[in-house]
Amino acid sequence: MSTLKFLLQKEFRQIFRNPTILRMILLVPVVQLIILPLAADFEIKNINISIVDNDRSGMSQDLIEDIKSSGYFRLINYTHDFQIAFSDIESDEADIVLEIPNGLERDMIRERSGALFIAVNAINGTKAYVGGAYLSRIISAFNQDLRTEFSSENRGTAIGVAVINWFNPMLNYQFFMVPGILVVLVTMVGGYMTSLNIVKEKEVGTIEQINVTPIRKTHFILGKLIPFWVLCVIVFTLGMFVVARIIYGIVPLGSIFVLYGYLALYLVAILGVALLISTYSNTQQQAMSLSFFMMMIFILMSGLFTPIESMPQWAQWIAALNPVTYFVQVMRMIVMKGSEFGHITKHFLIMVAFAVVFNSWAILNYKKTS
Amino acid sequence: MGDLKMISTHDLNKTFGDFVAVNNITFDVHQGEIFGFLGANGAGKTTAMRMLCGLSIPTSGEATIAGYDVYKETEKIKRNIGYMSQKFSLYEDLTVTENIRFYGGIYGLKDAEIRSRSKELIQTLELEDQRDLLVGSLPLGWKQKLAFSVAIFHHPKLVFLDEPTGGVDPVTRRQFWDLIHKASDDGITIFVTTHYMDEAEYCDRISMMVDGYIRALDSPSQLKKTYQAASMDEVFYELARGAKRTE
Amino acid sequence: MKQLLAFIHKEFLHVFRDPKTMLLLFGLPIAQILLFGFALSNEINHSKIIVVDYARDASTRSIIEKVRASENFDLYGVFNDHQQIEETFKRGETKMAIVFPTNFNQDLIHSGYAEIQLITDASDPNTATTLVNYFNMLLLDYQRELIEVQEMPFNINLSLRNIYNPELEGTTNFVPGVMALVLLLVCVLMTSVAIVKEKELGTMEILLVSPFHPFMVIISKVIPYLFLSIVNLIVILALSVFVLKLEIAGSLILLFGVSILLILAALSLGILISNVTNNQQTAMLISLMGMLLPTLMFTGFMFPIENMPRFLQVISNIVPSRWYYIIVKNVMIKGLGFESIWKESLILAGMTVFLLLVSIKKFKIRLA
Repeated sequence: MSTLKFLLQKEFRQIFRNPTILRMILLVPVVQLIILPLAADFEIKNINISIVDNDRSGMSQDLIEDIKSSGYFRLINYTHDFQIAFSDIESDEADIVLEIPNGLERDMIRERSGALFIAVNAINGTKAYVGGAYLSRIISAFNQDLRTEFSSENRGTAIGVAVINWFNPMLNYQFFMVPGILVVLVTMVGGYMTSLNIVKEKEVGTIEQINVTPIRKTHFILGKLIPFWVLCVIVFTLGMFVVARIIYGIVPLGSIFVLYGYLALYLVAILGVALLISTYSNTQQQAMSLSFFMMMIFILMSGLFTPIESMPQWAQWIAALNPVTYFVQVMRMIVMKGSEFGHITKHFLIMVAFAVVFNSWAILNYKKTS
Repeated sequence: MGDLKMISTHDLNKTFGDFVAVNNITFDVHQGEIFGFLGANGAGKTTAMRMLCGLSIPTSGEATIAGYDVYKETEKIKRNIGYMSQKFSLYEDLTVTENIRFYGGIYGLKDAEIRSRSKELIQTLELEDQRDLLVGSLPLGWKQKLAFSVAIFHHPKLVFLDEPTGGVDPVTRRQFWDLIHKASDDGITIFVTTHYMDEAEYCDRISMMVDGYIRALDSPSQLKKTYQAASMDEVFYELARGAKRTE
Repeated sequence: MKQLLAFIHKEFLHVFRDPKTMLLLFGLPIAQILLFGFALSNEINHSKIIVVDYARDASTRSIIEKVRASENFDLYGVFNDHQQIEETFKRGETKMAIVFPTNFNQDLIHSGYAEIQLITDASDPNTATTLVNYFNMLLLDYQRELIEVQEMPFNINLSLRNIYNPELEGTTNFVPGVMALVLLLVCVLMTSVAIVKEKELGTMEILLVSPFHPFMVIISKVIPYLFLSIVNLIVILALSVFVLKLEIAGSLILLFGVSILLILAALSLGILISNVTNNQQTAMLISLMGMLLPTLMFTGFMFPIENMPRFLQVISNIVPSRWYYIIVKNVMIKGLGFESIWKESLILAGMTVFLLLVSIKKFKIRLA
């Protein structure tokens, strides 16, 4: 046990000796947590629309007025030439083009039907879908109004929809992103620092010296993991109770105790992954390439930014094997929904399994003798 | 010099695939000896030494270190040896005292013991003014002396030195050997590899490794007699020129 | 010139001698493009929905049938009371609840109006609003079907065309984004670490005393990585076309040219980082911890840049991959020519020059 004390003393000294590293560990996550959630806004607003009006009738003007007053669209060009509107799409100035054909009003009156043409820049599928959907709804409502105006025939029935948004009534996107981004930042600190630190001893050669001493494998590993575990908890606390509370006004709804319990467990699993990476690399360069790769998977396949349900089945399996997935979910559940331990038992058990598997694998692989 | 064997090997082998790095070496090192372990680059010295330290498991053969078996009792061996590697092995981002304290600590020395011994050590090395400097900022020669002192800080029965004086100037080398002799006087058995033949002369006995075999083992004076050489350089040249493996 | 070649040759030997590192440098970008190219999509599909049906009549049954048939929703179950909603939300098992009040059909027939209540788990606002949108569209469809049965006059037919991406595939948006991200980060990482490593090991000094302009030493260190990156680029493009089935609509040569421009900018950034740091660990932390998330978010393929607050839009301008992402979209997907991307290309070129100038400056200071 006293060996462990000396190992810990050494690690903490080394960490605190290097101001650049310390700054990276503490400051970078805080700054990023302040800035990045502001940048993460999925809400589709201000859809830019270019309208080609070949009809130039009272009816087309009414429709355009409806679109403008809907609040979803920003009219950036009003033209009579489809080519001009299309070049707006090419230059990314417009997301959507509405073409009103010549004779819309006439056709509606004479033939009792008309047609409209919409072209959407669909590179970003979501924006295309949402833009198209909004426009369809406006046109459908416009159509409904026309009917009431022109005919006294059966108005048909209407189904209304009342929406209640639970947990986040103002649909504040930052409430959703801050807990998730904090998870990633803590994961980066733990993951990179730990794997690089261990491999550095390999590369510099000090590990040889350690290996001829009677230090036990487990003590050496604990000596490496505990300092970073502590640092991660500090970073998490800074993020949760300073940045998230002061800047974003987020106060966890659920139990802090359960939250920290899960954090503690999660960090054991993540540090296990880092340890595993370090056992497979001989140089810091290799460790870093591997960590970079893992971190990309951790971030992009965790449901942090894009929903897991819409991934192909094989990718959903990867997401299911990704510890970050569970912590992101648990954070959002506890912080925003006030979920209790009973609601996340499945997440707990899975994380226990991760912690056990990664760490035993790493320890088996960490060979003291060749 | 007692008759206790600090190192005893019998037909010790290490192969990597087809490559026989160490080929049936058999030798003993007695307590209190300064044993020089010589050989050209690639002769198998480092591999042999790693097996003796418990860093690498032999392919076959027997060996005991301080009476402990290298297969089964590596943990006990580690408690009783010191090791200073070719690569500089102190932490450059820790200070002199912090390094000493750390290595003392992991060998299970008590705090009070560490304090008194490190005070003594710093005095011996005349590092009083540098005790709180980062090791990385010290000149190489001082680092090497410090590394050696740290390697024997826990008073091991036996210390392995792997080319300890590589790259340092003659004066420092001289001082380094004074340290080795002092440790030897204190009863620590020294096992040292080196490239410098003048250093070989300081050893009680030396072995000469060529292509994985031990080709000669005797005291320096006896070896010179056997090979009718004026200096150890000539002995070395005589033995090593037939070597097939070089780096 | 001969000296330079000798240097470059030595650097190539360094890079290619270590198979494990090589495997990582080549294999990982490829794996990333494939993984993320296939897996990522902004779409929200198969979201678990819970239905509470107090009415259990013909109308609610047919609406539930439509929900069941929709790709967008996965029906978690139909229940008789509210209690399940909060429970499944808190477990994270469902995202939205559709509640039909009692007498739904009767209300609809007698008063011509009935109301459905949607309860969303708005902890994820994006999913919440999208699901509401989906349901509105579904309801619109349902009502249109009813109207068609009744033969409504004065109908405006709507035809909608999705340009560039008719199937609304996630690939079209994410492949250019991931390309930008991976190329940039891998290049920055490789160069900064390679140079700092020499500094750390002390071998740099040997090179610096050679009768060679010190900055040329740096340049020659970068050339193997330029070569590596170009090979990576070729592989990535080939994968996009042949595996991810993303056609290159515009000029391949143009795309290739501007990609090299991005690589150069990234390598310059790597040089700069290596010049201001002294050990690998710091260089890596700057390139990874400092850059990974910001690059990911400011490239613009995850979150629309026009949604960001003004000052973040300004910040996003300094992220090279942001400009490259626009270029790839224009050339690769829209099939536009150089006239559409000259501005972005110029910015990338400007960044490269700027970064190199700053590196040279920093470098001289270090030597003095």
